[in-house]
Amino acid sequence: MKIHIKDGRLVDPRHGVDAARDLYLADGKVVGVGAAPHGMRAERTIDAAGLVVAPGLIDLSARLREPGFEYKATLESEMLAAVAGGVTRLACPPDTDPPLDEPGLVEMLTRRASSLNLAKVYPIGALTAKLEGERLTEMAELSDHGCVAFSHADVPLVDVQLLWRALQYAATFGFAVWLRPQDPYLAKDGVAHDGDVATRLGLAGIPPFAETIALGAILELVRVTGTRVHLCRLSASGSVEMVRAAKRDRLPITCDVSAHHLHLSEMDLGYFDAHCHVVPPFRSQRDREQLRAGLADGAIDAICSDHTPVDEDAKQLPFGESEPGATGLELLLPLTLKWSGESRLPLVQALARVTSEPARILGVDAGHLGVGAPADVCIFDPESWFKVTPERLRSQGKNTPFLGYELPGVVRYTLVGGETRYEQRD
Amino acid sequence: MRNPQLNEHGELTHLLTLEGLPREVITHILDTAASFVGVTEREVKKVPLLRGKSVFNLFFENSTRTRTTFEIAAKRLSADVINLNINTSSTQKGETLLDTVDNLSAMHADMFVVRHAQSGAAHMIARHVGPERHVINAGDGRHAHPTQGLLDAYTIRHYKRDFARLSVAIVGDILHSRVARSLIHVLNILGAPDVRVIGPQTLLPAGVAALGARVFHDMHQGLADADVVVMLRLQSERMRGPLLPSAQEFFKCYGLTPEKLAAAKPDAIVMHPGPMNRGIEIDSAVADGPRSVILPQVTFGIAVRMAVMSIVAGN
Amino acid sequence: MQLPNAETLCADLVRQLRPAVTPATAMVGIHTGGVWLAERLHRELGIALPLGGIDISFYRDDYHTSGLHKSVKASQIPFEVAGRHILLVDDVLYTGRTVRAAMNELFDYGRPESISLVVLMDRGERQLPICAQYAGGKITVPKGSMLRLGRSEAGRLTLRLDDA
Repeated sequence: MKIHIKDGRLVDPRHGVDAARDLYLADGKVVGVGAAPHGMRAERTIDAAGLVVAPGLIDLSARLREPGFEYKATLESEMLAAVAGGVTRLACPPDTDPPLDEPGLVEMLTRRASSLNLAKVYPIGALTAKLEGERLTEMAELSDHGCVAFSHADVPLVDVQLLWRALQYAATFGFAVWLRPQDPYLAKDGVAHDGDVATRLGLAGIPPFAETIALGAILELVRVTGTRVHLCRLSASGSVEMVRAAKRDRLPITCDVSAHHLHLSEMDLGYFDAHCHVVPPFRSQRDREQLRAGLADGAIDAICSDHTPVDEDAKQLPFGESEPGATGLELLLPLTLKWSGESRLPLVQALARVTSEPARILGVDAGHLGVGAPADVCIFDPESWFKVTPERLRSQGKNTPFLGYELPGVVRYTLVGGETRYEQRD
Repeated sequence: MRNPQLNEHGELTHLLTLEGLPREVITHILDTAASFVGVTEREVKKVPLLRGKSVFNLFFENSTRTRTTFEIAAKRLSADVINLNINTSSTQKGETLLDTVDNLSAMHADMFVVRHAQSGAAHMIARHVGPERHVINAGDGRHAHPTQGLLDAYTIRHYKRDFARLSVAIVGDILHSRVARSLIHVLNILGAPDVRVIGPQTLLPAGVAALGARVFHDMHQGLADADVVVMLRLQSERMRGPLLPSAQEFFKCYGLTPEKLAAAKPDAIVMHPGPMNRGIEIDSAVADGPRSVILPQVTFGIAVRMAVMSIVAGN
Repeated sequence: MQLPNAETLCADLVRQLRPAVTPATAMVGIHTGGVWLAERLHRELGIALPLGGIDISFYRDDYHTSGLHKSVKASQIPFEVAGRHILLVDDVLYTGRTVRAAMNELFDYGRPESISLVVLMDRGERQLPICAQYAGGKITVPKGSMLRLGRSEAGRLTLRLDDA
């Protein structure tokens, strides 16, 4: 369909654009920016007056819970949540049941996802068979079937020798490895940041050096193997400093932070709110400030939602027994906007963290609106605020620490490949 | 966020933790407990306050001692007491904690006394029960043991009268101790100026100074001129492993012997929440000696629990 | 409204009680006004057994509506209750519920041989079948007022009317 998006404020971080410019889409691609291509007659016109026209968001981590955890959420519900949140592409971690360690499983997932015709799914393959940390997976096979990278999700990878070999093997083919730095022994049994709040509440703590020690080991291995490594969900201020130094040394690393960790700290645990039980834990206010600073100066490349739907039963338990995770696909844009507003960052810079940067990390030509780009567009009202309630969330996971919060950024239209996949009907 | 222990009139309707309670609430409980001490010395050791009320002891963690004192306290208030040892009941069959609570509420429980291995369990239950039901935390994980903190405060007040000049030393495994946390809170609320914790680094939590205590690793320094010495129980699982090498070395460095006690004031009192490990955290000579008030603690414990139950049930 | 002189009433009670007092007589005052009165009577009558005082907070019948009273004093009965003739003393007799609670509490200490009620003022309006064997005087109190006993620093007893 030929579409003309008119009178909107075009914000395209990759091309440094933040201006009043119309957008023209045809055959699933961007065909004109500012001026219509010669002879184009729009079949549909979207009035974007007062709205921001941005590339569709790219979420580097969203658990869709299929296969295996359908009682928590399904592909349908989560993909609908994604487009309602303006997310047009997302990467899902391999910790499904069974884990994504076989080409057949990966293909089933991608086929199911494309048949739904909503957002595009990039599966991350398991780094070891069954995520058991003993045997490498057939990375070349998995890559042929669609895996864009390999990771160990949140499963501890204890054997550092195996990690080294896995990195070497991935480097052989130029594959990227995504790792969340956490020392399994230092983090054992911990459920909260090891600080004043955990001491008061009597919760077993995960010290920040559980992350920095593991990060140090990973960076050393990257120095040796040259593997492209993406570091997931940094939480400690020490990690930000280490990543900055590693980038100065030109190590091939990128990293992300969860949108939740930009806003919340250990103080938000309150009276044992299990919605704040997440991994990595919400750390001190100082850690949070350093994460924000890292995002602002580019030490940290991207923001993701780390979307993890958890059924209510698994949250209605004493904190330490509750299942960790927060739902977040629909909050990625609002939380990014809230952060950029509070930090007084220009919108074009802030949105880069959820569009052009994730695209660069994934190595795909998306997350921007230059001529020839895929027509993935998110049109939203930055001045409109909404209240986070279970009813308003389309995800089956209602487990968010932001319940009751008012957040900015209401999505009006989401287009994927030039087709409208979400339209707000109010 | 309103303190979940207080109702909309600011009255105590649950007792979950001592942290954040106003000083008047604490002193009211201690004063009421003083009245109950006399009850136990009469022929009829009961008062009719909770007659017709059902108190359910929900113990997810085994403890005959604590459960027995709560049972005695409830019966002295003329309440009906039901004991539930959850290890052997429905939760083993997969019933969730909250389903158990709902089922018991349907049996007209008025008060739940809850002990659980997880921090925050009592808070969760209190959030869940309806307005006419009361929850008393008998110990949740390492978080809080408020009735123990209160009876410790009562004991100290009984022997030392005024908190304003006291040095109190708490010795042992602070990291895992809900007793220590509750005691530190209540001492700070009552204005004790010098609260000390003594133990090896491995047994002290990261935020202990922020809790309101001075840290010592040496017994002689930590006990110097102390008015009150509180010895914590060392659980056997902690004695050998990444936290401590052996019970013997712990006793050598941190066990309370007459020689170490000599560093404290001549009239210092020695307390222990019980049960004691003789020869590990405390020497028998001290446990049975003239400064020990460990047995009176138990008696006061019943009166304190009667006070807590009667105040909470009336709000 | 003119209130009678508490000191005069007290002296009158002493006169009424003197014939009934023996070495075996026990006296118990109900906190707080009853205890003040009992302390005076106990001294002036020369009662041998030490004075008892009870706080009825744990026996009140309004616990379920009003909760536990804010300031609870310890009850002290420093003698054996079983078999005793007890003079139970209170300042003002009104609905009778305080006296019922006090008797219930006394019975939890043991079985007395008899209990006789001594009050400074009887203001009527009973809600239970309770009466005083010894009363200083009778009075009708206006609606919405509470009759209370006060005691000065020097120990002088006075009656006053407070808003309910």
